[in-house]
Amino acid sequence: MDHVTRGFRGRRDTERSDRIPPGQYETRDFPVLSAGPTPHTPLETWTFTISEGGEERARWTWDEFQALPSETITKDIHCVTKWSKLDTAWEGVSVDTLLDGIETDAAYVMAWSDGGYTTNLPLEDVTDGKAWVAHGYDDEPLDPEHGGPARLLVPHLYFWKSAKWVRGLRLMEEDEPGFWESLGYHLYGDPWREQRYWGD
Amino acid sequence: MARAAVLGRLNWLLAELVELVPETPRVKSLVLAAPGWPGHRPGQHVDVRLTAEDGYQAQRSYSIATPPDGERVVLTVERLEDGEVSPFLVDELLVGDRIELRGPIGGYFVWDGADRAPLHLVAGGSGIVPLMAMLRHRAGLGSAGPAALVYSARTEGELIYREELDRLAADDGALRIAYTLTRERPPGWTGYDRRIDPGMLGEVLGGADPNATAFVCGPTRFVEVAADALVGLGYEPGRVRTERFGPSGR
Amino acid sequence: MENADLKLDGNAAAGELREIFGAEMTIVRATCGSCGAVREMGALSVYLHAPGTVFRCPGCDAVLVRIVRAEERLWLDPSGVSCLELRTGA
Repeated sequence: MDHVTRGFRGRRDTERSDRIPPGQYETRDFPVLSAGPTPHTPLETWTFTISEGGEERARWTWDEFQALPSETITKDIHCVTKWSKLDTAWEGVSVDTLLDGIETDAAYVMAWSDGGYTTNLPLEDVTDGKAWVAHGYDDEPLDPEHGGPARLLVPHLYFWKSAKWVRGLRLMEEDEPGFWESLGYHLYGDPWREQRYWGD
Repeated sequence: MARAAVLGRLNWLLAELVELVPETPRVKSLVLAAPGWPGHRPGQHVDVRLTAEDGYQAQRSYSIATPPDGERVVLTVERLEDGEVSPFLVDELLVGDRIELRGPIGGYFVWDGADRAPLHLVAGGSGIVPLMAMLRHRAGLGSAGPAALVYSARTEGELIYREELDRLAADDGALRIAYTLTRERPPGWTGYDRRIDPGMLGEVLGGADPNATAFVCGPTRFVEVAADALVGLGYEPGRVRTERFGPSGR
Repeated sequence: MENADLKLDGNAAAGELREIFGAEMTIVRATCGSCGAVREMGALSVYLHAPGTVFRCPGCDAVLVRIVRAEERLWLDPSGVSCLELRTGA
């Protein structure tokens, strides 16, 4: 092992709990990770769309989106950079609500965001109560630094799948890698099987 | 003139802390002895890596505060409120302890003083560290061109190396230093009292000199304001080198 | 924490680039494949606090280079750069 630095422990809590997936450390703060500048789309022009094969299947303006039934969700989240945060409280619209009434043979979705970020997921991992488009965190509107006005929230997978500044879902028949998945990150990303990178 | 391209992979070296020098209430200089140190250029930095007993590691970059001096490498570290590494380095490290470091790193933000072109420096907070390496190097050269520094801090007590900077300026007619304190001034303060702006930079640096190279270092937003101001004054963007320190807390 | 604070200069990733290329890369000049601007890599915008390192063009924000590191593997996507210029002589 590399030279151990006398007295250094780092910020994390070394108590292992069965809520922390392998290779992760618990954090009490909420690190901000970003691959680019924070977008600032005005709410008047913000829309969320569901599309398939280049065709729009559904669209909401911000006001329409706010009028959808929303719920409070408390979940543990796990970032591939090794920090986990327990009991995070969000407010959001279930993706089931957004997909309601949309018939499709697609098995995958590509979530896409302002600023160009994309991430791919199996459709069954964003349905049946497993995913939300979140617009609130900790009883406040979601901060731009954390993905506001709205981000995807898919807590059972590594947090890079919870695309910040999300603007839509593209339904796909075949799986396609998104921004990080095309550069080494695992296509699926299950923190409990430590699926961080290709081949894990 | 030294080749800009330095070849070869960097290895982690074990450096021993030989002295701790308090600079301000939140800042200490770590004087390290690094056997095998290949030498460095003013402005370069090192990566420091700390490893806990269970293998957990944290790594951060710190600018070297001193000009090349054999195996002696001095890092000046500010304790950040929510930091993971800096509080350890400033508060827990003892003389005799060893830490891993890797370097020197950086070919873009360096100044060797090989020519006598004017050196224009703008520092925000702990951004003074790599610029201090340049000024110390310049003082050692004895025959450098003119230089000027604008150093912004919140209070007088937060100015790092204050006495040494004043001494350097007093001993050298070709070095001009101006301080600006943005939050609080002591009674009788005759320096600037506001955030840096084009007017202040123009007054101290003497206007855009096509031969001058400007180095700006500090928190990200400070650097953006300063760099924009310099370009606005007429400095060519390619001659304004920046080093952003990133978030001032994590 | 302001996102503006997460943007650093390419110089901040100098150590990482050194490790990968075995040479000082911050002085290599890169042409942005999107807007054509030419800059030394040390002058590019860099985002380190991400699942990977992302270099962007300070002018147009286009992604120039992406790097992901795993324990014993590394992925590098330089496709946003249309050309690199290096000095070969002293």
